[in-house]
Amino acid sequence: MQQVVKKYNNQTVVKGLDLVIPDGSFTVLVGPSGCGKSTTLRMIAGLEEITAGDLLIDGQRVNDLAPGKRDVAMVFQNYALYPTMNVFDNIAFGLLNRGFSKKDCKRMVEEIAEIVGLSSYLQRKPAELSGGQRQRVALARAMVKKPRVFLMDEPLSNLDAKLRNQMRVELTSLHKQLGTTFIYVTHDQVEAMTMGDQIVVMNEGEIMQKASPFELYQQPANLFVAQFIGSPAMNILPTDKESIGFRPEKAMLTAGSARTIQPAAGFVDHGRIVAREILGSDVLYYVSGRAGKIIARKAADELLAEGTEVTVSVAAEHLYRFDQETGRALSVAAIKQESLPSGGLG
Amino acid sequence: MHQSTRVAARWIEAVLLVAVALVFVFPFLWMFLTAFKTMPEVYQFPPTWLPETWQFANFETAWSSGPFLRYVINSVLVAIGVLIIQLLTAVPAAYAFARYRFRGRNFLFGLALIALMIPPQVIFLPIYVELSHMGLINTLWSLVLPYGASAFGIFLLRQAFMQVPDEVIEAARLDSASEWKIMWRVMVPMAKPVLVTFGLFSFIYHWNDYFWPLIMTNSDEVRTLPVGITMLKAAEGGKQWNVIMAGNMMLVLPILAIFFFAQRHIMKAFVYQSK
Ligand SMILES: Nc1ncnc2c1ncn2[C@@H]1O[C@H](COP(=O)(O)OP(=O)(O)OP(=O)(O)O)[C@@H](O)[C@H]1O
Ligand SMILES: [Mg+2]
Repeated sequence: MQQVVKKYNNQTVVKGLDLVIPDGSFTVLVGPSGCGKSTTLRMIAGLEEITAGDLLIDGQRVNDLAPGKRDVAMVFQNYALYPTMNVFDNIAFGLLNRGFSKKDCKRMVEEIAEIVGLSSYLQRKPAELSGGQRQRVALARAMVKKPRVFLMDEPLSNLDAKLRNQMRVELTSLHKQLGTTFIYVTHDQVEAMTMGDQIVVMNEGEIMQKASPFELYQQPANLFVAQFIGSPAMNILPTDKESIGFRPEKAMLTAGSARTIQPAAGFVDHGRIVAREILGSDVLYYVSGRAGKIIARKAADELLAEGTEVTVSVAAEHLYRFDQETGRALSVAAIKQESLPSGGLG
Repeated sequence: MHQSTRVAARWIEAVLLVAVALVFVFPFLWMFLTAFKTMPEVYQFPPTWLPETWQFANFETAWSSGPFLRYVINSVLVAIGVLIIQLLTAVPAAYAFARYRFRGRNFLFGLALIALMIPPQVIFLPIYVELSHMGLINTLWSLVLPYGASAFGIFLLRQAFMQVPDEVIEAARLDSASEWKIMWRVMVPMAKPVLVTFGLFSFIYHWNDYFWPLIMTNSDEVRTLPVGITMLKAAEGGKQWNVIMAGNMMLVLPILAIFFFAQRHIMKAFVYQSK
């Protein structure tokens, strides 16, 4: 994609997207609701006109190519199956339209049905299937065309949690098996992190960062990504010129107000535990410190009671610095002593 | 107390329903019974309910008093011909009105709605003149062509097509389906109850239509059943009500039969729309 722009009635919802999606990658578009993920995907599919910019597939400009000619397949959030056709016809429809013979169709549909486990449901109408089975039909309908690109818009959001986990694994292995390019839209960061090999974080029609899951988590390019990825979100404490941040699990908590705990600590603060949440293996502590509210995540081996006075310390290498104005990440380094709001020093 | 008012309400409801049903059923019943009576019985006072002996001969008389087979064939050709042409025009028009954004769409749809409100009696004269210029008067074409586009059909189908989710159409586009195919293979099957209802309305209207064939035709070769049956009146001097009723029975029976088989779809169409 080169400088792709989408406007609806003068309202720009996608602002000059520059994005290369490598062949065979599993790219996830993630971002808050309304940030333009679906719009981007639909432009790739050809379902929305591109206001400006170029869309290239395999180096060929496809802006004006009809959706059916782009050799892409899409799985919709609500599956969009043809309700009056049975499963077989649903899967075969695209093939027949592309001029495959009845016999070839039958063979290909049966092959795909075998892979997604639908063989015994081919004669049923979509209304007679469970949500998970419909999802599989939608997948099969996309797969059978052997497209160059798979587009998926929140395909799992209508499934219950257990089925969602299962389908997540299946989709990932499917991607490995097929080796086709997947472009996957979700607003669920867990889905994004577990499935994607390239994640594109979007906000308000712009790309905030494009990186591997690991890099995204370890080296967020800006405040937005830092706070969007990770749960609970990164602690952000504003200072005079810049904001500093650290992940909840990197914060050390020590009871009492002892001053020197971690020789290499880049950040130290004192405060009181105002609330805690026990998640099972982990515990979240909400600490009201002098520098602001801090969330810390600890293993649940030992519990600290609410109201306990604690010292929070973070090793220098786990601190992030962001420009106060632009939100852009500055090089990761120890915080200068004088820039700390009120807390102590390492 | 509460219980008894409820029961009373249901009784009143039942009585009203039966009364309304009687109003509609009575003429049918009378037609049915008269068709089997002799002429003296028809004029008998006070009237009797059941014929003394069931006169099946009335049907024979009716059938043989004119080229009835010709009338039936004409009626079938006209009603079905009209329906096919109407579907061929209404489906694409409704699809365009429901799914495309184009200049003047609302204006054109408004025109279609106005057409819905104009009765044929208002416009038959210019159409007659036009058809006679084309040399089509007194042909079956004069009964079929003027009804080729149905505003009612466009209106009804447009509503049905608007209910189809966008994603289904988009999925079909990604499946490389042409617009034509989307229309007939995806949209039309989804609108089936509405289509059946419309088809029935159209068929019944043109099957029963008396006015238009009366004006446009003047020979037995192209007359339809309703016109043919009124010709029975003139036959053999006096009005043979029993024979006319026998003819009418032949007219309505096919419709009752169709209605009987399509009932399920009709109910569905109306239930869907009121949802
Ligand atoms: N047809 C349209 N006309 C006008 N505005 C639209 C249209 N479709 C989408 N938008 C606007 O474009 C913006 C992006 O929408 P989009 O559907 O791409 O968001 P999204 O990232 O997919 O969000 P979600 O996670 O809720 O699905 C939204 O602000 C939306 O209001
Ligand atoms: Mg969306």
